Amino acid sequence: MTTSEGAREPVTMLSTPIRLDYFFSAGLSQSRNLKGYAEGQFIGQRCPVCEKVYIPSRGSCPVDGVPTVEEVVLPNTGTVTTYCVVNVPFAGQSIEIPYICAQILLDGADIAFMGLLQETPIDEVRMGMRVEAVWVDPEDLGPTLGSVKYFRPIDEPDVNYDDFEEYL
Amino acid sequence: MSRGPAPKQGNRPVAIVSFAQSPSMRRIDQANEVELLMPVLADVFAGADMNKDDLDFICSGSTDYLIGGPFSFVMALDAIGVWPPKSESHVEMDAAWALYESWVRLQEGDMDVALVYGFGKSSLGDLNRILAMQLDPYTMGPLWPDQVSLAALQAQAMIDAGLATEEDFAAVASRARRDALTNPNAQVAKDISVADLLAEDYAVTPLRPHTLPPLSDAAAAVILVAGDRAFDIVENPAWITGIDHRIETHALGARDLTTSVSTTKAAAMAGVAEKPVDIAEIHAPFAHQEILLASALGLESSTVINPSGGPLAANPLMAGGLIRMGEAASRIFDGTASRAVAHATSGPVLQQNLVCVLEGAS
Repeated sequence: MTTSEGAREPVTMLSTPIRLDYFFSAGLSQSRNLKGYAEGQFIGQRCPVCEKVYIPSRGSCPVDGVPTVEEVVLPNTGTVTTYCVVNVPFAGQSIEIPYICAQILLDGADIAFMGLLQETPIDEVRMGMRVEAVWVDPEDLGPTLGSVKYFRPIDEPDVNYDDFEEYL
Repeated sequence: MSRGPAPKQGNRPVAIVSFAQSPSMRRIDQANEVELLMPVLADVFAGADMNKDDLDFICSGSTDYLIGGPFSFVMALDAIGVWPPKSESHVEMDAAWALYESWVRLQEGDMDVALVYGFGKSSLGDLNRILAMQLDPYTMGPLWPDQVSLAALQAQAMIDAGLATEEDFAAVASRARRDALTNPNAQVAKDISVADLLAEDYAVTPLRPHTLPPLSDAAAAVILVAGDRAFDIVENPAWITGIDHRIETHALGARDLTTSVSTTKAAAMAGVAEKPVDIAEIHAPFAHQEILLASALGLESSTVINPSGGPLAANPLMAGGLIRMGEAASRIFDGTASRAVAHATSGPVLQQNLVCVLEGAS
């Protein structure tokens, strides 16, 4: 940039666009988990030492450092361990605000994962709430957690805090 | 008084007692980083008859730029199972520098056993673009120079200075491919003559494809033990008697690319020239760099260079430098060498260099 006198202005800012593209290797264990979604199933793996069930598993028990070889099909039902009501718009947001982002502990799993919670008024969501997965139509199933449309409440009593405290 | 050789550096003798690596492959699709590491860690523990509970310290080398995701080194810890919690660290560098950090940590005296590992999958992205990210972001980075072209500038400078010829480059590659035939972890191994290699077309003048490193996916791990306890684990521990690393300016135009002052300085600090060197494992990804580095290290012609085939046979980023240390240590373990030098490099065209001297007890 030059002034009308032709003298150079000092450079104060430089924009250098960067783009890097990647393949992603899910690995054997997570591939099984992803293929499960294409079949409408939650597939986790059990540690042979501590017997905890991870979903998804990355192939190893992070506590014992041993391969998690035993596959476990988990049910559609679970418990909200904690949650967040999203009120803030952000770039790329695909869901209308406000919405509930919940940590879902599937029955039989030992680790919660994040899921969308719908079909419930925002002010009724609570820790310990019982929920079930709603899957997309069979023809839309794919190897992605996006195959789970959302979770919704089911008519069961709440789980006591003490019973899921260790998963928070 | 320690039974090991007196270290030139540090006040506490530390030895490599176990080394393991995965075979290097062009693309390992069936394993994520954790699955890639697990068998390597199982091997390195088995080699020392140890398990994770024996570790006092863990240090890894890797980079998120290879994976394209954040905190990949944290997820990699799942491969060990760090519970109860362990003292742990990570370098965004080749794991040779993680070994250096571990060696420094063991000098403190309150810890005896360290696990060092590195992993890198070159297959997930475009290395020529990824490695451009390590250049200065103002004048060099925006030009996106690829690593092969930068290496070609260096090779041409060597030719212009009369330091080497294209035939010399091919001789390095021919020997590396032949030596790699006995290395089960090598990716490129072949008995091929210099004349046949010179028949190849140029990749980037004056570099032909044989002077370039393969793109590799692999992981490697080492266990370090301080003091005479190392003798309980292996008959011939590979004692680190000298280790040093130096870095040069990031401004390529300000460097003399035909030499490596950082390597020469590190070699002097590590005491390379103080006794004869039986073998040297040199982390020279490009053929001409082996010639340059052998000279910068001050090696004599009697030193056997890269008996494993070196980085021209397998070049997993972030693990390749540690593999040099592991291969050199293995030659001490099996008695082939009593004194070995391992070298690791990082950054564009040999910007940063680490030199490690390993010695057997005899």
